[in-house]
Amino acid sequence: MASRKVAIASSVGLHARPASLFVQAATATGLPVTVAKEGGSPVDARSILAVMALGVKHGETVELSAEGDGADAALDTLVDLLSKDLDAEA
Amino acid sequence: MSSRFTGIGVSQGVAAAPAVVVAPAIGVEVGEPKTTDFDAASAQVHQALSDVAAGLTARAAQAPADAKAVLEAGAMMASDPGLASGIDNLLQAGKGVTNAVHDAVEEYAAMFESLGGYMAERVTDLRDVRDRVISRLRGVPEPGVPQLTQPSILIARDLAPAETAMLSADTCVGIVTSEGGPTSHTAILAAQLGIPAVVQVGELRVANGAEVAIDGGAGLVILDPTKEEVDALKLRQQRRQSALSDSDAPGATKDGVPIALLANIGTVADAESAAAKAVEGVGLFRTEFLFLDRESAPTLKEQTATYTKVLEAFGPRRVIVRTLDAGADKPLKFADLGPEENPALGKRGLRLSMIRQDLLDTQLEALAAAYKATGADLRVMAPMIANKPEADWFAERARAAGLPKVGVMIEIPAAALRAEQVLANLDFASLGTNDLQQYTMATDRMEGALARLLNYWEPAVLDVIAAACSGAKAAGKPIGVCGESGGDPGLALVLVGLGVSSLSMAPAKVQAVRTVLAAHTMEDCVKLAAIARKQETWEEARQAVLDAADPVLKDVL
Repeated sequence: MASRKVAIASSVGLHARPASLFVQAATATGLPVTVAKEGGSPVDARSILAVMALGVKHGETVELSAEGDGADAALDTLVDLLSKDLDAEA
Repeated sequence: MSSRFTGIGVSQGVAAAPAVVVAPAIGVEVGEPKTTDFDAASAQVHQALSDVAAGLTARAAQAPADAKAVLEAGAMMASDPGLASGIDNLLQAGKGVTNAVHDAVEEYAAMFESLGGYMAERVTDLRDVRDRVISRLRGVPEPGVPQLTQPSILIARDLAPAETAMLSADTCVGIVTSEGGPTSHTAILAAQLGIPAVVQVGELRVANGAEVAIDGGAGLVILDPTKEEVDALKLRQQRRQSALSDSDAPGATKDGVPIALLANIGTVADAESAAAKAVEGVGLFRTEFLFLDRESAPTLKEQTATYTKVLEAFGPRRVIVRTLDAGADKPLKFADLGPEENPALGKRGLRLSMIRQDLLDTQLEALAAAYKATGADLRVMAPMIANKPEADWFAERARAAGLPKVGVMIEIPAAALRAEQVLANLDFASLGTNDLQQYTMATDRMEGALARLLNYWEPAVLDVIAAACSGAKAAGKPIGVCGESGGDPGLALVLVGLGVSSLSMAPAKVQAVRTVLAAHTMEDCVKLAAIARKQETWEEARQAVLDAADPVLKDVL
């Protein structure tokens, strides 16, 4: 099981456009990626509804986890994505 | 065999085209059987979810940018694995298919609502997906306006603002609604886009694809029209065109009393297109578009740039800007004052600005900067003023910001009845007749079922307008109209007779108003106003004016 922690860089937090980009990227890894708020229980990172319902705000840290071949590389890609202000890049 | 129906014509012009029926959301099946064959039920729901996702994705591909994002978000929700497994769990527990979809969506809706703000607003999108899936499962068309591929006439109960915003005059050539009134979103948008529209037609049974003809001036709807009937409508349209004056002289009565004819605008694009027309300026620039549907307030710089563009478009012509009119049916994400029992009677318009003074001050500062940069004839007014202290409060702030001419909207009956006092320290007033009738009649504009109570021909509303006009006269200040009523050629005569000196409307309506004004003297207008006020109902008031006015009035409707 690989995992990473990352602070959300997008100014609007992890919803709207940033959330959908993240969910699309998580789905594209082909792995069962999960995302959790610090101290919270993990949810399916491929579910836009579950990710939005976390209500993660700008600057808050989330933990990503995945299992399987290429899990480390996949998580690195997702960490990169969340470290950018996705809302600013229209 | 054709059949004819009458409603209220709210946007002039004629059209004949196949009907596209806007289906309502039908809700879960009552008495739905329990799920016994889980695999079959699950497959059925997954198919419906993926059909809805595919439909939304296809529409997103052809939609303009802002609508695209909403449609794409809907498609993602419909293909969400979490939602699908939530539904499966309920099916496994024995729930019927439509109930399982409904309940699984409501779980997320409850979570979103508890998060508040932006997330709470996404509940609308989520429930839209739910309604589409349920309709698919029940074998009926998905609710809402379908994608129009050819010129069509939309038939609906009423249209939501989000639905009307996606319409284009190229494919939507006519609109017929069974509910809604002359000041509904449907009516306002149809007029803005120049789409012929008839509202409040009552229950209509029309099949998708059936031929429909409408006359948006006379309020006539014909199902399965004969060729003769379509020809007669076209002839009427030609007669209307030839009756319309091709003059672009400033608006005036037959005896030369000037009545400024102005445009209602909402965006920079509106400003540029209206400025190219024969209007004497802008009577209402709604600034909400800068503020709605965004996460944070527009900056001083952004606002200044937008206002400057609008002022530049009109050169020396007047531009009346209404400061932020949010709250009630137009909530702001960054100024959420919490839910209200009666939003229309709550913290909206200037009341919101008095709580969030930072928003108003930035807006006034931006307007002042745009005024300085252009030297334009800029006039600023505040919405939802109830009394003189509020008017004075606004005037003082606006003048302190460096704005030259300050006024208020008269849309609360209290302000209309006390117009002389309210106007004492102001330069002008503008009657917002849409809200004025809502508050005079104690009837929510959003309540389609009560639309019969909302008509700007209502004699009580005319009495309140008359009181405001006489107050303005006593104060020696000009008063105009910037609601939909000013664009109704018959009512325009009445309003002028009551004492208004400017009329602001959707630009497409200006020429008809200019034509009828030129055919009536001020004395005629005063008489027509008296005739209208003598009637007991709005229907009688309208008919009495049609009968007493110059016949050109009927030709231009």
